[in-house]
Amino acid sequence: MRLDVILRVAAKLFIPFIIMFGLYVHLHGDFGPGGGFQAGVIIAAAIVLYAIIFGKAAALRAVPKWAVELMVPLGVLIYAGVGVWSMIMGGEYLNYNVLLHAGEPVGTYDAIHGQHWGVFLVEIGVLVTVTGTMLTIFYSFAGRGRPDE
Amino acid sequence: MSAGSFHVAEHLPALQVMVPLIGSVVCAVLRKSWICWIVTVLCSLAMPVIAIALLDQVQAEGTISYAMGGWAPPVGIEYRVDAANAYILVLVSLMGALVALYAPRSVGIEIAPEKQGWYYSMYLMCMAGLLGMAITGDAFNVFVFMEISSLAMYTLIALGSERRALVAAFQYLVIGTIGATFYVIGVGLIFSMTGSLNLYDISDRVWEAGSIRPVIAGLAFITIGIGLKLAMFPLHLWLPNAYAFAPTVATAFIASTATKVAVYLLLRFLFSVFGVDYTFGLTPAAEILLILAALAMVVCSLSAIYQLNVKKMLAYSSVSQVGYMVLGIAMVSELGLTGGIAHLFNHAIIKACLFLAIGCVFYAAGVTRTENLAGMGRKMPLTMGAFVIAGLGLIGVPGTAGFVSKWYLIEAAVEQEYWLLVAVIVISSFLAVFYIGRVVEVAWFRAPTVTIVRRPPPEMVAVTLVLAIMVIVFGFWTEFSAGVAEQAARVLLAGYTSGGGTGG
Amino acid sequence: MSDLDALADRPLLEALATHYNYWITIFLMCAGMFIVVARSNMIKTLVGLGIFQTSAYLLYLSPGKILGGTPPIIADDLAVYSNPLPHVLILTAIVVGVATLALGLALTVRIHEAYDTIEEDEITDVVDREDYAATEAPE
Repeated sequence: MRLDVILRVAAKLFIPFIIMFGLYVHLHGDFGPGGGFQAGVIIAAAIVLYAIIFGKAAALRAVPKWAVELMVPLGVLIYAGVGVWSMIMGGEYLNYNVLLHAGEPVGTYDAIHGQHWGVFLVEIGVLVTVTGTMLTIFYSFAGRGRPDE
Repeated sequence: MSAGSFHVAEHLPALQVMVPLIGSVVCAVLRKSWICWIVTVLCSLAMPVIAIALLDQVQAEGTISYAMGGWAPPVGIEYRVDAANAYILVLVSLMGALVALYAPRSVGIEIAPEKQGWYYSMYLMCMAGLLGMAITGDAFNVFVFMEISSLAMYTLIALGSERRALVAAFQYLVIGTIGATFYVIGVGLIFSMTGSLNLYDISDRVWEAGSIRPVIAGLAFITIGIGLKLAMFPLHLWLPNAYAFAPTVATAFIASTATKVAVYLLLRFLFSVFGVDYTFGLTPAAEILLILAALAMVVCSLSAIYQLNVKKMLAYSSVSQVGYMVLGIAMVSELGLTGGIAHLFNHAIIKACLFLAIGCVFYAAGVTRTENLAGMGRKMPLTMGAFVIAGLGLIGVPGTAGFVSKWYLIEAAVEQEYWLLVAVIVISSFLAVFYIGRVVEVAWFRAPTVTIVRRPPPEMVAVTLVLAIMVIVFGFWTEFSAGVAEQAARVLLAGYTSGGGTGG
Repeated sequence: MSDLDALADRPLLEALATHYNYWITIFLMCAGMFIVVARSNMIKTLVGLGIFQTSAYLLYLSPGKILGGTPPIIADDLAVYSNPLPHVLILTAIVVGVATLALGLALTVRIHEAYDTIEEDEITDVVDREDYAATEAPE
């Protein structure tokens, strides 16, 4: 696969757009099919495509194992962190309405922007964890049993 | 909405699940064995504090309802704590804390060094899943936490030192996933007939659902699904290998908590959600559960006698003890339920003590086969003494915890004039004398054959002794173990709709 | 979902034609269970498990589809709303299924490295022999 020029050039053209499409799917999850899980899988698929065409070593240079193993718990921490932030601000766990203080009546909450930011942050948490998990699964299984890369 | 402040007491239900979950993720980031152990100990020591505080709140104020995310039930997910719940929460958190204190050197010797951090992470995740299963009031949320705890358990078992652990974990994975999918199918049928996922709301709507057959089919699927997790005979085939080949601390934790939470779930669905009239009036559930429980008690006790590996013997013994709990459920009376629920607690303590004692022996001499325990009684008197005390509890000798729950069960059977059941209970207790007696005879009445390589460290022996003392203490002080069990039995028999929601 | 008791009175072909989604679900359920039980290769077992789980998803999704339903947004010209809840539940269940499949495959790879085979009957033979050998000699 490394030696096929067409595949290499096409992959180099496509992969940034695939990642961009993943981010689009993530951010438009409110308005159409999409959200964190789907976006995470698309971004992971882009990196898997890179690994298939350019080899696992190249992919490990681009997205190293320590980064991937850090992404998995980091997303869960972001999600749980939003919940803890809600509790500290006085609402129940993961109550998005209480995340932000409102401007004019001092001491009340801005529910609309709170909901907006709450969903945005938890979806980023899901994105990070799912990408990390899919890449961890790929890195664990790929290239096993081969004597050299 | 005006700004509020953060009071810990209001958020206990959420904290009960979130603290171990966040702890598990922190362990996954840090991954150094001793740091992860400190995080584990901190989180698991916080758990019994929160659980006992919740039990206090429930007994003072009645059922607690906590709306996750601020969305009011039945639209949102609620965490609903009453006496039955709080009892299980105290049990799981107590066992988690004790085993975590015992763990470090046992883990050090049984699990490869680079995987020890992951062990602690999965341990906390399993605890979070079990606590979540016990505390939540939403049917699908039960599935999510059930799978969180199950996946963590498969990993815990696979970390065992022998290669048979991998096969045991795979078998458990396949059977456990089938059980969880059966549960999902059952919840799907109920959801399509009642339109709600909230357990309290389903109990309101179950009688008004259009046609009965899908609801009863849903009940059957849910029972089988939970039965697979519960190791109800004959769905117990995953259990012996899983308990025998997992690391000892994992076995001690799983044996004392996983099946108990599944029994609680069965109680919750059969009694609270569907109600006694629906479950036992419209289906032959009582008769089926009675027969399966009796078979479990006798057949698995017989299997335990033939086992040559002590851990496998204790595993088969666990299945027969689960039979006692299902027997308590099947008798559908307050005495029977009290006995079954009290046996949850007592058996957890007894089994944990037995497995931790074997863990000490394994640490000292590397053996788990019964013959190789010869003479251990004289070489490790404290450890094998604890084993004997817990074994007496398993048999049900008066003065130990096991006697209390078996007494309630026999009383319940006599009250309903099931004389055959009384005979079965007595016979299976008698069979326990055989398999415990074999170990006692080998340990105390034979010359030693295996040398002790290292003495077990003080924390391991101390935790084992604490559990053995608890076996004796709970044989006499029944105000908590049987008293709260009685409250739980009354709450469950009342069901959700007929006023079971108020009062502890 | 119409009354199942009335369904029993209708002719078979009509029952098959109107409720074909349930029949497909049941077929997949039985096929998945059969593969798990009857095939000894571990990968095939995991595939059968996946088919079984997929049938459970269909059980939620196919009654959840409302023809002509729109997302639940309040607007003047929208009247029939689709309930998003079944779809969200199945999304969660799919994620759980993926995690289970990944764990099962990881265990299969490790078992292959430890035992050199992934046929369950061969592995059971070896495990039984190991258990028996363990009863003979000191561990």
